[in-house]
Amino acid sequence: MKNTISERVSDFLKHYPPFNILEQEQLEKLSCEVTIIYKTNNSVIFTEEEIPHDCFYIVHKGAVALAKKGSKAIMDICDEGDIFGLRPLMANENYKLEAKAHEESILYAIPIKEFKPLALENTQVGNFLIESFASNTRNPYSNKHRGQLYGITDTTESNTEGTLLDVQPVRYSTNLVTCSENTTITDLANTMTTNNVGCILVVKDELAIGIITDKDLRNKVFTCQVPTTATAKEVMTAPVITYPKNLTIAQAQMAMMKSNISHLCLTEDGTPDTPAIGILSKHDVMLAVGNNPAVLMRAIKRARSIKTLRTIRRGVTNLLRGYLDQNIPLRLVSKIVSELNDATIKQVIKIVIKEMEQKPPVKFAWLTMGSQGRAEQLLNTDQDNAILFENVPAAKLKETNAFFLELGSRVTKELNTIGYEYCPAEMMASNQLWCHSLDEWKKVTSFWIENPGPDEVLLSSIFFDYTVTYGDKTLVDTLSSHIFERIEKHPLFLVHLASGALQNPSPTGFFRSFLVEQDGEHKDFFDLKLRALMPMIDAARVLILSHAIKSINNTAERYEKLAELEPQNKELYLSCSYASKALLKFRTIQGLLHNDSGRFIALDKLNKEEKIKLKRTFKTIKEIQELLQVRFQVKTILG
Amino acid sequence: MMRFFKKKKPIDLPNFWKDYATLFEKPFPSDLKDVRYVVLDTETTGFNYEQDRMLCIGALKLFHKNIAVKESFEVYLSQNHYDVESAEIHGILKKENVEYITELEALQRFLIYVKNDVIVGHHVMFDVNMINAALERHELPKLKNQTLDTGLLYRRTLLNTTVLQKKEHYSLDDLAEKFSISKKDRHTALGDALITAIALLHIIDKLKPEDLKDLIKKQRPLKYGF
Repeated sequence: MKNTISERVSDFLKHYPPFNILEQEQLEKLSCEVTIIYKTNNSVIFTEEEIPHDCFYIVHKGAVALAKKGSKAIMDICDEGDIFGLRPLMANENYKLEAKAHEESILYAIPIKEFKPLALENTQVGNFLIESFASNTRNPYSNKHRGQLYGITDTTESNTEGTLLDVQPVRYSTNLVTCSENTTITDLANTMTTNNVGCILVVKDELAIGIITDKDLRNKVFTCQVPTTATAKEVMTAPVITYPKNLTIAQAQMAMMKSNISHLCLTEDGTPDTPAIGILSKHDVMLAVGNNPAVLMRAIKRARSIKTLRTIRRGVTNLLRGYLDQNIPLRLVSKIVSELNDATIKQVIKIVIKEMEQKPPVKFAWLTMGSQGRAEQLLNTDQDNAILFENVPAAKLKETNAFFLELGSRVTKELNTIGYEYCPAEMMASNQLWCHSLDEWKKVTSFWIENPGPDEVLLSSIFFDYTVTYGDKTLVDTLSSHIFERIEKHPLFLVHLASGALQNPSPTGFFRSFLVEQDGEHKDFFDLKLRALMPMIDAARVLILSHAIKSINNTAERYEKLAELEPQNKELYLSCSYASKALLKFRTIQGLLHNDSGRFIALDKLNKEEKIKLKRTFKTIKEIQELLQVRFQVKTILG
Repeated sequence: MMRFFKKKKPIDLPNFWKDYATLFEKPFPSDLKDVRYVVLDTETTGFNYEQDRMLCIGALKLFHKNIAVKESFEVYLSQNHYDVESAEIHGILKKENVEYITELEALQRFLIYVKNDVIVGHHVMFDVNMINAALERHELPKLKNQTLDTGLLYRRTLLNTTVLQKKEHYSLDDLAEKFSISKKDRHTALGDALITAIALLHIIDKLKPEDLKDLIKKQRPLKYGF
């Protein structure tokens, strides 16, 4: 029975193998049998050693992580259109890996009962499956099938995350494409084409005696030095440069550079006298070092589509995890990660502007506020942003504003696609209230400073951490100096800001026990952001604004600057700087552990040491709050 | 006078109604996980319950966070009342190549389909009232199902702060955008029902209600809220 939903399902499936091979009619019939499944973040779809379900899955939206149970290392991430959980059904065995929703996901479950006959009937579908199973998904030589079906991945490969990436063993292709020295050039070129590889190994008695790459063919055959009817022997490069299989990435890179070659042949003991077991291409190395900030940065800048950026961002998260595991100083980590985040947002804006029918009519600046503005956003958290554009004549304001609102909503939508949640308070450039011309922004900020009610204090505390992510810096400088001018004229504003900073609920109760949330979505969790991070951040902001310094946004750096400006409080400020870094690190580790923002912490999951660490920072929070109280005479206002 | 009394007597109700009504005698699942939902959308000729008529009913079953495609419901109704303007929105043109059934037939099929499941819709009362009006035309009582409105529930997922200006009404488009649901097939009954179903799943995930009663209660705005 065909209906609107089954049509939608088949519309989706027909873009992805093996469904693209099916006849329209078969696909329509199959689509009717599909079940649409919604999975919340981190919910398990199936677990290791579980008896296979009667269906396999294709990711419609979101992402699914495949991993060994209990291990942090993720084997594979299935994205939109990727299939998982099929192999055990075909092989009649239990699941070998655990599948977990890596983010909120929608899956299509396809019953094996309906699919199997199709696979048997249609040889192309069958071949696709055999091919995918045979070439373990991670094989870069079958790049186009990557991630579509998961095989039993070699357990030795699983331990790749967390170690310093440069000393990681490389992953190489074990699916050797070979020919003998008597193979004709046409034949070997055909073999290379069907296997979709850039090089072929010439073997004799199982030993590699030569190698032929695309470059050899180009240089020797197409220049007519050697006719196409000649044999492999005449074009191959020999002898082959061989290396042992347990090469690290750094070693592989060095080897390629040294001999100026793009493929390495790996043999049993590293000499040409043992059988070849694998080929390592430059491409493999590039993929492996993808987890290095410089490569990631280049990948971000080269990205032409939002989907690519989404994948790169996972690399950034992996990098972050590696850094934290190795205890690299958080200041350095947050610098690198923020730079990468910044570049990502910039690239998103660039892509969106390119896609807009109209170019920006005037100069503008994309402001990032909140944690990203303070360079404290290590995980993907909410997006807070705003647009500031050049003044335009009144007659043009409406039109200009409309353009930037459209730009704002497109960018926020794409940011959401790559993993930044929408701001629940809608403090985003897509909102009319956060998209203004310079004069309008001046008016808005003046109003906040001159009429500091609770809302105004809240709004300014979020807004005043802005940085320019994209666009014209001079516009922003004008706004900043305007803000300081107003603050100087209305010193009372700082007092209100200070009292706002003291409004955050206390982290501990009377008996020094943690205070947990009483109800709602996060009942019985400790709100790390609200009760510990925010007081530190808010206090730093008031103090730094009272010194009229705008260029520093990072909380830890603000405290360091304060220590410099007020030597009498140096010790307190330095411990604040330390505490804010410790809290941020704590949040990031918790977030990575649970694949969320790390804001809400289950106290029973913490060990004693972690709890003590956390409590130690609370003392500093209390001290800095007392300093605010005294300095800004907050009590007198609160009555 | 006699006719009037006769009409009220349940004895005259057709069997499919009686079958439907007896389902409500059974106890309802206490665990929210085991609740079955029927997510519903209707396309109509207009917004007047008296004059306007349903053109299409689309519905799907949502159970254990799963939607089985073959368990979906889609019927097109043959109506004499026809409005060119709304046809433009819905794209249901009268001579399209689908099977049309009478209103009574559609109601009968729907009652068999819906059972005692919870009816979910975006601004669900409009659809329920539309069906009730049709039931009344065929001298049948009103629907007995419990209802959930994703429009009302969505408001509760929003941050409760003066900083955020809430809209009076949130359209299905707003929800689709917020939860990044594809807006393909928007304005077909079953397509809208699918968007509504996925939005409901997101909302339940956000609100984390204790049970069905709690979820139904959450449709009401906060007492001292904004």
